[in-house]
Amino acid sequence: MSVAVTKSRYQSEEFSARLRRRYAAERRFRIAGMLAVGIASLMLVVLLGSIVSKGYTAFWQAQIRLEVTLDKQQVEERNYTALVRQALYAQVPAATDRATRRLLNDLLSSGAPYELEAMVNANPSIVGTTQTVWVRADDEIDQFMKGFIRRDVPEAERRLSDVKIAAIDALVAKGSIRSTFNTTLFTAGDSREPEQAGILGAVVGSALTLVVTMLLSVPIGIAAAVYLEEFAPKNRWTDLIEVNINNLAAVPSIIFGLLGLAVFLGFFGLPRSAPLVGGLVMALMTLPVIIIASRVALKAVPPSIREAALGVGASPLQTVTHHVLPLALPGILTGTIIGMARALGETAPLLMIGMVAFIVDIPGGLTDSATAIPVQIYMWADSPERAFTERTSAAILILLAFLILMNGLAVFLRKKFERRW
Amino acid sequence: MSVQTHIPATAMASRPAAGIHGTKMVARDVKVFYGAKQALKGINLEIQENRVMALIGPSGCGKSTFLRCLNRMNDTIENCRVEGLIALDGEDVYGKSIDAVQLRARVGMVFQKPNPFPKSIYDNIAYGPRIHGIASHRDEMDEIVQTSLKRAGLWNEVKDRLREPGTGLSGGQQQRLCIARAIAVSPEVILMDEPCSALDPIATAHIEELIDELRENYTIVIVTHNMQQAARVSQKTAFFHLGDMVECDDTEEIFTNPRDERTQGYITGRYG
Repeated sequence: MSVAVTKSRYQSEEFSARLRRRYAAERRFRIAGMLAVGIASLMLVVLLGSIVSKGYTAFWQAQIRLEVTLDKQQVEERNYTALVRQALYAQVPAATDRATRRLLNDLLSSGAPYELEAMVNANPSIVGTTQTVWVRADDEIDQFMKGFIRRDVPEAERRLSDVKIAAIDALVAKGSIRSTFNTTLFTAGDSREPEQAGILGAVVGSALTLVVTMLLSVPIGIAAAVYLEEFAPKNRWTDLIEVNINNLAAVPSIIFGLLGLAVFLGFFGLPRSAPLVGGLVMALMTLPVIIIASRVALKAVPPSIREAALGVGASPLQTVTHHVLPLALPGILTGTIIGMARALGETAPLLMIGMVAFIVDIPGGLTDSATAIPVQIYMWADSPERAFTERTSAAILILLAFLILMNGLAVFLRKKFERRW
Repeated sequence: MSVQTHIPATAMASRPAAGIHGTKMVARDVKVFYGAKQALKGINLEIQENRVMALIGPSGCGKSTFLRCLNRMNDTIENCRVEGLIALDGEDVYGKSIDAVQLRARVGMVFQKPNPFPKSIYDNIAYGPRIHGIASHRDEMDEIVQTSLKRAGLWNEVKDRLREPGTGLSGGQQQRLCIARAIAVSPEVILMDEPCSALDPIATAHIEELIDELRENYTIVIVTHNMQQAARVSQKTAFFHLGDMVECDDTEEIFTNPRDERTQGYITGRYG
């Protein structure tokens, strides 16, 4: 008896077994956690890997070298198509008959004559001389060069005929086809021809939309949050407003699109497809996110700071603007940028207000017709050409780059302005 | 156990109540409600000029609530209702002639937990004078900052690092910084809500010395849980219990010869 008593309850066999079970449970939990992180990382790698592997080729574009003799009369008649074609025929001397030459015309991008014209316009002194020009190849040639159109497939099932392939081989043999960085992708608007299509129109459209969104939602959102958090009496009405704001943050974005369609286009008669309307709709969508994030950030400021400011005789507004708001700013900024990033990636509401149109021109103002990056991705994904597949992935990469940039900015600002107390 | 054993005799004798002290603040039948709950049940109190009044009593007795009525800090609390009269120099602080912001410039406050702004030491002090437009140029502001820090006994410790954040100081230094901040706006009354409860004994001794010195220029009301502290720093003590002000008298009188048995019980440590 006395021996058993001296042994503590925590030294018993039963307790040791219980302790082992507790540690085992912890180990299982850790393993489950690591598995979850592992699976999530794997998914991310697969997603990014798939997009990068499909999209990186879009950043290169095949070009064909032409020795163009800029005949004065042809230039005056603006017959650049003929000039370009003659130069091409000269590159492939084997093709002599009309039928083959007509097929050869397809090797060049339909934009090639315009490239030449732009060159001449930029430097009229070259008229009458012979110039070496690299012009864009047609998207099918580009795809063939990248290996997406295979020559071992029977001709009937192939996008490129044997004649064209023979011509390409001849050009390759002469070193007249090269692969260059695809600047068009970054400097052009949309096009039906993949080799002439670029993302710039969509990027500018997205930027204009975001500017409107930011100018509207940031000041209104922060002011609303400050009022609700610092000044508003806590009663049934403010409770109701709070519940509604929280609900609005969860409303599907397409509903906001419908609202924008009904109110901004239908009632106010604002122009269709305009970044102005897109920005207004996105602002409505982003407001609840910003208000909620700002309120959380304001709540996190210790009440002792408010008391300190009030205690030395600061007015309530001074307390907020001098002390509470600066301390809440990192949180507000983070919330705002994340809201903006969400708006940047949003497609559905833009479909409703007509920002899904095929627009070649780069928008120059808030009321010009425009589209946005995610909508551009959607439209390219819908196009049948093989070359648009890689451009879709490339556009996704560009969108991801912007999102990473914005989130990086959020982290940077948070670190920069974060204060401790 | 004798009451006397709690109180060092030297402390009692240090500052005899000399001269005639005018009345700085008056409370008449002050009742405070938090929603339906009544926190103060009709407090009558006179606070004399250039003296230290200590408010003691068990937790939840309403002493902090009363203190916060004196500069209307309770205004910021939702559902808080104040009845009765509180006057500063004969003017009703809840009346139309006094604005809450103006009142808080005249009646400064030091809080239980040191709460310096997350700004530099200099800006902590300069903030109040700046918003009230007390200093017209830089030199004047530097002067105010220096004087305030000197009065708070912090100058020698921080004079070389005025640009460093006030939150980087130790707890006791932070509290003295808060006192300096309160002094900087030249208030008439300083309210202190358990200013030493978060501090170690050495920092506490520092602050107590400081309170004793500040008495020459300011009227001070201090809430404390530490009865030795009340005895050391105050000339008048009011004992609060369950929302009532049980007894208010000269500190010496309260600690040596309490009239009410609740006071007797509290100061001898039977409860509270």
